[in-house]
Amino acid sequence: MPPGREGNTVAQWIKENLFSSLFDSLLTVISLLFLFFVLRLALDWVFNLAQWDVIAANINILMKGSYPGEQVWRIWIGLYLLGGIAGINLRAWNRELNRSTVAIAAIPLILALLPFASESARLNLIIIQVTIAAAYLLTSIAGDKRRRQIAAVTSILYIPALIILLEGFTDENGIMPLVKSDLWGGLLLSVLLAAVGIIFSLPIGIILALGRRSRQPAISALCITYIEVVRGVPLISILFMGNIMLQLFMPQSLPPIDRVIRVMVAITFFTAAYMAEIVRGGLQAIPKGQYDAAYALGFSSLKSMRIIILPQALRIVIPVIVSQFIGLLLDTTLVALVGLYDLLGIGQAILSNPNWLGRSQEVYVFIGLIYWILATSMAFASQRLEKTLGVGRNYDGS
Amino acid sequence: MDRNSASPLSEEPVIICRDVQKWFGNFHALKGISMEVMPQEVIVIFGPSGSGKSTFIRTINRLEEHQSGQIIVDGIELTHDVRNIERVRMETGMVFQQFNLFPHLTVMQNITYAPMYNRKWRRTEAEKVAMELLERVGIPEQAEKYPAQLSGGQQQRVAIARALAMQPKIMLFDEPTSALDPEMIKEVLDVMIELAESGMTMIVITHEMGFARAVADRLFFFDEGLVVESGTPEEIFNSPKEERTKRFLAQILSH
Repeated sequence: MPPGREGNTVAQWIKENLFSSLFDSLLTVISLLFLFFVLRLALDWVFNLAQWDVIAANINILMKGSYPGEQVWRIWIGLYLLGGIAGINLRAWNRELNRSTVAIAAIPLILALLPFASESARLNLIIIQVTIAAAYLLTSIAGDKRRRQIAAVTSILYIPALIILLEGFTDENGIMPLVKSDLWGGLLLSVLLAAVGIIFSLPIGIILALGRRSRQPAISALCITYIEVVRGVPLISILFMGNIMLQLFMPQSLPPIDRVIRVMVAITFFTAAYMAEIVRGGLQAIPKGQYDAAYALGFSSLKSMRIIILPQALRIVIPVIVSQFIGLLLDTTLVALVGLYDLLGIGQAILSNPNWLGRSQEVYVFIGLIYWILATSMAFASQRLEKTLGVGRNYDGS
Repeated sequence: MDRNSASPLSEEPVIICRDVQKWFGNFHALKGISMEVMPQEVIVIFGPSGSGKSTFIRTINRLEEHQSGQIIVDGIELTHDVRNIERVRMETGMVFQQFNLFPHLTVMQNITYAPMYNRKWRRTEAEKVAMELLERVGIPEQAEKYPAQLSGGQQQRVAIARALAMQPKIMLFDEPTSALDPEMIKEVLDVMIELAESGMTMIVITHEMGFARAVADRLFFFDEGLVVESGTPEEIFNSPKEERTKRFLAQILSH
């Protein structure tokens, strides 16, 4: 401990940090008064004025859209699996348990304690919590490097598995009757769109970034054109393209592509263009000596990229990638404009019901809170990942 | 062992360079370099900065492409054929002025990855060889550290071990001690002297004339993309023929 730091008490801390001078004291008092009035108004609204029955009555539709009630068990199974994936990833990317990890891991438990959760939802949330813990413990058996491989493979396999699970494949009397994706909605759809975008845009972005730097003029011209065209138009126009125009270009003989899949593809390829530029930024930060050393040791250019250059480049840009992912999650609200009922779209649908007239504050605050929880969890997860991988630490082990 | 007498005259040269030329845009960096290196020979190249010595050594493992002339390494001619380039690179280790260790890998991984991925060794095998090499360069206790945790001299010794792990026939050194603090130069030179005495074929760019005197078989003085003068250490140090060589040696030996 450095000198003069021993025996710090709360009173001392307050004096040093809040009242160290007349001006500081003044600022502290003004801020406290401001906080007091704002908080009082906010809390008064939350506990006295707001009528939360609109959320309680519509919680199911907010969570899953028009997904048929008797098939909801499939969503829960999907969430059990998600819990398993989360447990594996938490174990793989964290050196040790700490507060923020536990906070993320305990989200199902926290949700189960919310007042408007139904009995069955509580039970299911607790099962998810148990799955997270079980997957975390099971993954501990594997070695450090193997854990990350398991995490990467299971995460990538999860998305197609989930889509098959939700979509179903048997006729009406079978075990998993078809549920057309038009019926998917609410938080389910929002998270699904964001997850697909996140998982697939990064690899495509890496390929585009490498293509842009390629020495083959045809490949680099193609990648540059793609990146600059996509970055030059707003997401909403790409969504319209994917949703409406794509069908016009497809041969009539082929069955139409599912609308949700079309939107997923549009979001993924839109984000990939931005990812490509982020990855290119990371690649430019790697000194030429790293390539020299890799080539001199006999690594082919592909292997140099995969083993030496990309791991360093991606590490540098993790904070930027994650903020792009958060933007992607929030941008999924635009799909409401092409007729999909994501969380925000469902909110608007509820508000257009005359029964719930004038409850827009409650609905939007609730939706905003959900987005805030999701985005903040991602930011926390990113910080953990940065610590594990030693971003900005210059690898000196500190 | 007196290694000078050990080099058998009957053997073929392991590196043959004939009239190697290289341009960077309009700048004529190499104006026709010819050199033959016999197995187990130690060549020291010196000369002012911008004389093309670094460019020349980098053409030998094709980090730079030569535009005319011929380079044959271990019987393989360097052409645009990628397979030939990779074969030559596996036979030639290189040590850089700036070390160029991989900062995201531990010392052990820095050394073992190339043989594991490029020579298809098993991990246990590669790690055994890596530990032997770390013993040889005197830092076995640093195996699990990251490069940034080591001193410059230790990093350069890891870089030498990393190059040796591929079991190359030839080692190229591009000013290996120029970026080091004075007190660390000796620990790196000691490793290089030991390597030379073990019979490794080496081409070394350096201005450490004590090292050249101790182990070099021949010295080459480069200036303006040409070999101005070459010869044994005695010839170069005691009776240089060219005026430019004399002036340069006077400058670097005066301090």
